[in-house]
Amino acid sequence: MRLFYNRKKSAKTSVCFVLAAALFSCTFPASCAPKTDAGTTSDSLVVLNYGKYLDETVIRMFEEETGIDVKLEEYESPEEMYTKFKAGSISYDVVCTSDYMIQRLISEGEVNEIDFSHFSYYENLDPDIIEASKIFDPESKYSMPYFYGTLGILYNPAIVSPEKVKTWKVLWDENFRDSVIMQNSVRDTFVPALRLLGYDINTENADELSGALELLIRQKPIVYAYYVDETADEMVAGNAAMALVYSGEAAYAKELNDELAYSVPEEGSNLWIDSWFIPKSCRNQENAEKFLDFLCRGDAAMLNFEYVWYGTPNLEVIAQLDEETRSDETIFPPSEVLADCKVFQQYGQETTALCSYLWKKLKSE
Amino acid sequence: MRRLMRQLLAGPYLVWIAGFIILPVGVILYYAFTTADGAFTFAHIAAIADPVHVKSILLSLKLGLSCTVVCLLLAYPLAMILSSFRFRHQSFVVFLFILPMWMNFMLRILSWRLILANSGIINALLVRLGFGPVKLLNTPATVVFGMVYDFLPFMILPIYNSMTRIKDDIIEAARDLGAGNLTILAKIIFPLTVSGIISGIIMVFVPALTSFVISDLLGGGKVLLIGNVIEQEFMQGTNWNLGSGLSVVLMIFVIASMAVMNIFDKDGGGAAVW
Amino acid sequence: MVKKTVSGLYLAVIFLFLYLPILVLIVLSFNDSKSRVVWGGFTLRWYSSCFQDETIMNALIMTLQITLAAAVISTVIGTLAAIGISAMKRRNRAIMLGATNIPLLNADIVTGISLMLLFVKFTNLGFVTVLIAHITFDIPYVILNVLPKISQANRYTYEAALDLGASPLRAFYKITWPEIKSGVFSGFLMAVTMSLDDFSITFFTKGAGVNTLSTMLYTELRKGIRPELYALSTLLFLLAFFLLLLMNYRSDRQVRQHAGHHPDRASA
Repeated sequence: MRLFYNRKKSAKTSVCFVLAAALFSCTFPASCAPKTDAGTTSDSLVVLNYGKYLDETVIRMFEEETGIDVKLEEYESPEEMYTKFKAGSISYDVVCTSDYMIQRLISEGEVNEIDFSHFSYYENLDPDIIEASKIFDPESKYSMPYFYGTLGILYNPAIVSPEKVKTWKVLWDENFRDSVIMQNSVRDTFVPALRLLGYDINTENADELSGALELLIRQKPIVYAYYVDETADEMVAGNAAMALVYSGEAAYAKELNDELAYSVPEEGSNLWIDSWFIPKSCRNQENAEKFLDFLCRGDAAMLNFEYVWYGTPNLEVIAQLDEETRSDETIFPPSEVLADCKVFQQYGQETTALCSYLWKKLKSE
Repeated sequence: MRRLMRQLLAGPYLVWIAGFIILPVGVILYYAFTTADGAFTFAHIAAIADPVHVKSILLSLKLGLSCTVVCLLLAYPLAMILSSFRFRHQSFVVFLFILPMWMNFMLRILSWRLILANSGIINALLVRLGFGPVKLLNTPATVVFGMVYDFLPFMILPIYNSMTRIKDDIIEAARDLGAGNLTILAKIIFPLTVSGIISGIIMVFVPALTSFVISDLLGGGKVLLIGNVIEQEFMQGTNWNLGSGLSVVLMIFVIASMAVMNIFDKDGGGAAVW
Repeated sequence: MVKKTVSGLYLAVIFLFLYLPILVLIVLSFNDSKSRVVWGGFTLRWYSSCFQDETIMNALIMTLQITLAAAVISTVIGTLAAIGISAMKRRNRAIMLGATNIPLLNADIVTGISLMLLFVKFTNLGFVTVLIAHITFDIPYVILNVLPKISQANRYTYEAALDLGASPLRAFYKITWPEIKSGVFSGFLMAVTMSLDDFSITFFTKGAGVNTLSTMLYTELRKGIRPELYALSTLLFLLAFFLLLLMNYRSDRQVRQHAGHHPDRASA
């Protein structure tokens, strides 16, 4: 009797395992396909990019036209990218990241030169943005600009008057206690403090940085949160009156809630440029360059612009835009705003350590 | 002989431990005791004495302890209630508590933000009822709340398991001998569940001590735990040596707290945390 | 009576606490708006579009592969290890269990980075490295679920079966297995759940083209999470929920059918 009972019960458990095994085996063959492996064939390209920063139609078009197989790998912050990149974990062929990170990788000798003379569509790119990129790539031979924008204040005009957001001082205004969102990253959050004190955003002077820290410690009680990624959604939901954001996030937020507005204060701010580069680990320089050239082509750039909705340096795209989009100052900052904005430069090792420490100090207050 | 044969079954796992548990710890130890140039140093371990780090580890201990106490207070009665139900399969209860984890962790925490935000669901209700909006998010208390939410199952399950092991006969015998409910709880149920409680405390306290995501997402980045410091050193400061050094210190804290808890465990469960 | 109401109420409050955020997410999966903070009316379109999105489907398949492979392998290794450990002397046992606790006790990010640093010395990151990492943090959950069952089991019955001439395999299947299988099963479930939920360790050990639902979600935080992911998560959750109900219902029936053999349970 006992035997019977046991068999019956264990049969049930084994059914579960068989089911699991079956499910497993029917999903497994797909993984045996070369698709998941960091490809070894020369006709493939491993692309590393920010999350949702490229229209997949563009990749499919490129694959169809060239027969090159593209694998897209995404990341969230430049520091994460650096960690994985430095570990030498994957041989990427072409990478998109932010200005100061490219400068760091160039100085570490991780970047290949790009031969733009092969390119058919490089002329589409705005020479002003290429000029601005010289701060991190002085000879314009290591990087190709992809999108750009500013750092500013996204605010709700019903609560904060547009007059007030002309200066960074508004972020210290006691009337907005618990209604200010700052960025959860050292460099960005230091910008308003440094500019208010009249210092350069790239300063490596310890006293100036400490002065900025004091200002930020004084601000902390009125800060609602230091968020990384979800700032735009928080503003759309009305959880705060204003937030320090990148223009790209501001555009996304305005799409969802057209009452919101964006402003770059007069003291000046940061101009960011996300660019492509070809790392030393690239296995096929020619294919990588073909891919970059393709991204400059009008139709591909247009698809990407419509998908990402950030400021594009592609003149052909801008020429095709309607007047309303072209004059949207959140996406395309006017030249007088740009004149006050600076691109981040990579800190030296000492300043990086100092800033990291100051940041912990602010957070632990 | 038979005993030896049985022991050999642990062989594959022993290899696994050596390759994927001990070696990675070795990597961390290597980074912890060397400078960026590879020279030996003790500085990254000593860095814990820095006021900022002391502050954050104290805060971690404080929030971790609060979370553990709250979990224990919530879980013990709950485990008693559950064990009185006598489910036919214990795995059913286990599953009820781990089922929420089938929804992605990040989604669940973001969902709490929707509920607790300044203009979130709870505040919308409060405003309608005539109480002004209350600040519920981005405080140390919210971080404890999030930790309790995330780790409560790990307190409930071991206590529940140890309770179901108590034989009814013992309790009935005590009752026959005239013991009241409180006496039974204090003299029988509690002593027999001590090992479960200890497992629970370890399973909650340790992850609470090392957590960093919850303090970022529910603390609004305003609460700096030692886990956040380590994460920052690895990710933003890209100072792996310092990050490793602080990790080693944290490991020592964890081992010490487990050793302390094991003193109370007379069951001889050894280092088992379940 | 009062006691019953109070305990029922208490149970309800705790489960509300655990399941409330999930309820909110399920509601969001029907929200006809790209943003999670704007209600745009009821829709089912995310449910149809999530199956047409190639990236989401690839991530889903990858997640299932990794989760199930890791859970099956770690259940096998972990169960064998638990049997082995239970036969060890106290000292060796303590050492093994100490090592078992390490992945549970380390911060995820430390485990992830240390494994990555180790892997890149020997191989390229890819599917296999993620699988190894998942097995590593899954095994402890299996061992911790199986070990108590083994120590509760009567070891003399097994020995007796061997003395009576049963082969070790047969003795295991007839004597030990019925005693430990509920532990093995919970261990397997825990392993599946932990794998499914992990982000940090997967992120650091994955190679190009390997994307799980968690890592995919993370890269979408900045520009808003695609509502399709809420729909897919809801489906995964409901699937698990109904499987659970079904299993419990079935085993209830079986137990009732065999109630005669277990008078102590039937009376409970």
